[in-house]
Formats: sequence, structure tokens, C-alpha cells
Amino acid sequence: MEKINVIMTVNGKEETLSVEPRTLLVHALREHLDYTGAHIGCSSSHCGACTIDMNGKSVKSCTVFAPQAEGSEILTVEGIGSPDKLHAIQEMFKEHHGLQCGYCTPGMIMRSYRFLQENPNPTEEEVRFGISGNLCRCTGYQNIVKSIMAAADKIRDEANVEKKEIA
Amino acid sequence: MIPSAFTFYKPENIEKAVSLMVDFGDEARVIAGGHSLIPVMKQRLTDIKHLIDLSGINEIKGIEITDNRISIGAMTTQVELINNEELFKKAPIIREASLQIADPQVRNLGTIGGNVANGDPANDMPGLMQLLDATYKLSGSKGVRDVKAREFYEGAYFTVREDDEILISISFEAPSGGYAYEKQKRKIGDYATAAAGVILKVENNMCSSASIALTNLSDTPVYCNKAVDIILGKEIDNNILTQVTEACVEQSDPVADQRGPVEFKKYVAGIVIKKALTRAIERT
Repeated sequence: MEKINVIMTVNGKEETLSVEPRTLLVHALREHLDYTGAHIGCSSSHCGACTIDMNGKSVKSCTVFAPQAEGSEILTVEGIGSPDKLHAIQEMFKEHHGLQCGYCTPGMIMRSYRFLQENPNPTEEEVRFGISGNLCRCTGYQNIVKSIMAAADKIRDEANVEKKEIA
Repeated sequence: MIPSAFTFYKPENIEKAVSLMVDFGDEARVIAGGHSLIPVMKQRLTDIKHLIDLSGINEIKGIEITDNRISIGAMTTQVELINNEELFKKAPIIREASLQIADPQVRNLGTIGGNVANGDPANDMPGLMQLLDATYKLSGSKGVRDVKAREFYEGAYFTVREDDEILISISFEAPSGGYAYEKQKRKIGDYATAAAGVILKVENNMCSSASIALTNLSDTPVYCNKAVDIILGKEIDNNILTQVTEACVEQSDPVADQRGPVEFKKYVAGIVIKKALTRAIERT
């Protein structure tokens, strides 16, 4: 089958891929660009392990064909923090033990990343509704919710410090 | 899971999309948000040789409100329906129902056009559109035509849409009165075990207008015309609500599946209908 070129920006870098149209975005990211942060769980848009940010919205990358992402801005878990400089959400997942096996974690973190921008000061119930498209089979969600609430606090505190510094 | 191979097209207007549909016939399918289509392509339950992405067609996106007439482009996503404040003021039931569809990520890509045109009896929007007495605008090789939502569905995945037609917009009058969309599901992201929408007006304790529709309780959405006839002009009391609920359940025709046997579904239907009626009356 003939390949087509797809251009997208991934974690700030413009990438040109030559793929079959049937290539799923999650496969394009993992196998063509080596961003293995997005995981494949159910591959049927239920579990959310493949959640990434596409044009400022959380999407399940197992249910998008690569050519549908032409021209888009993609952000994966590799793009929000690094082992030496974790994002506040990653730090709080670490501190509050928001994971056990870790398979769902990149999806949880990417969904939380967008959710906390949509709602920076959520209630616990709003957090649970916000991550309702992400399944975790280990934790029972308690510590995931705790981690996201703590991350919300931390991000707000950091923003306040920045505001004061500017003032 | 990887679908069979296809060629990909992204036309920038409806005319081009329709001409591709004419050229390729039943080997072509349009894709909107893809959250119904891609899963069945992955399971190879459908064989599509030519996939036509509608996301490049700006004329079929967005929400337009003129006085009390609401027109929604087929490619408008569920999250856009939820976040539109003007739409919420005119037809709050759209937000209430949309928030019960799938999950946040799916609502970011899922569209109203895909939801209504696919003909899946489990989708929520078809019942909602029958409730609102919406009109669908279809564009095909023979031109543009309007079809009532109440006349669009023929059976599971069968609609009156011709092979070369594309749904381009949905329009309806802003409803007035109390409203409710009640959905019973096993978990977030699941389709309804049973769902019911109600819009009604009560004046001097008499029901002066009413609409009731059901989701996933037959192979098409169910518009409950018999129940509507019963409640119109009547005084609202417990007895009439029981009669109306029974008439709705009577019109339902669910099939047994992983969500339960027929008896259970009819039982749940009765509960969601009564709840929707009660909440709609509270909101009048």
C-alpha cells in the first residue's frame, strides 16, 4: 500500500513521517518516532493509556489515524518533563504513590496535564470526572486522585510565586 | 489491531467530498471524529477502501443561533456543544445529554454528525434529536434535502441517507419548558442500558406540550407518540405519570445483550423514564 507523508509537530519538533494511511497515531509516535510514552492498553478507546495532547486537547491516540493528525501540535509525556526535571504532576504522582504497575501512568499524567489547565482548582469529584476516560487496574484511583489534587495545589503555588516575582 | 489498507482523502468542501462518494460508491466511507468507525475498522467488521476525512470542511463546523432557530454543523464536536454558552442558554438539554456520552477524550473528537448519521441505536444524539424534532440536512449528488430526525432511522445502522449523501447540519427550534435526559449505564464510557429524554410544559398544572424519546431501547431511537398523546392536556399527577411511563415502555423493543435480558431493560427503561419525567416537571 502506498505511503503518504504526514507532517506534525511533536513535543515542539516538526516531524515528517512516511506512513500508510491506516497507521494509527499511537503507532506513528511509538514506532516511527520512538516516543514510547503513549502506551497501548485496550486499543479500543476505552482505557486511556494512549492519551496524548493534540492541538491542546486530550485525545486517545489509538483512535486517530496518523493522516488525521496532519498539521497538528502533539504533546506526549516525554514533552512535559524529563527525569532530571519532572513536571509538577509527575513529581506529585511520585510523592503520593499515584501508581503501582505504571502502565496507565503516562495516559493519566497527560490527561491530568490538560485537565488542570481546563480546571486549575478542581474538587475531588471534578478530578474523578476529568479522568473518567482513563482506567487503572491497580490503585483503585485513591492515590491518583490525591496526586492530581496535590499537583493542582503545586501548580497554583508556582504560578503565585511567579506573579509575585514579576510584581 | 490494525485495519485493512485504504486510501485517504481530505477534501476541503462538500462538493469534492460528495464527488468522491459518487466515484467510489459503497467502497468509500466518510470519517468525522472516527470514534465509532475506527474501532469497527480495527476489528475488520467493515471493509473500507477509501476513507474521506471531513475535518477539512469548515462550512460544516460550528453552531449558529438565529432567534430561536439553532443550527449545528455536522462536524461540531461534543465538547464544543458542551462549552457553548449560547447553546446552553437556548437548549440546556444538549449539554446535559452530551456530558453523558463516552468520556472526556472521546468527546473531544466525537461529533454530533457522526453520532446521529451512523444509525447506531446505542448513540444518544439520535433520540435527543427526535426529542427536539430536529431536521437533518443531507447533501448528495442530487442536491441538498431535509429529513426529519423522526423519519431518518430505519433499523440498526440503516437510515434513509443515500450512499452518496453526507449529513451536513442539524437544526431545531430552541425548546421551552422543563427538560431532562436520564441515562442508566454500567460505567462511564458505556452505552445506555436505557436512556430517556423528556421536554414538557406545564401551565395551570396541565401539560400543554410534551416530547419524549428513548435511546437504546429498540433498533432505532423511539419517539413515544402514544405517551405524548396521553399526557397532553392532562393534569399532572402520579397516576398520569405512571400511565405515561407504561405507554413509553410499551413502545420500547429492546434486545437482550451484555447489558441484560429484555425484562431487565424494560424495567430500567421504566425507571429512567419516570426519573426524566419527574425532573423535567420540577424544572418547568
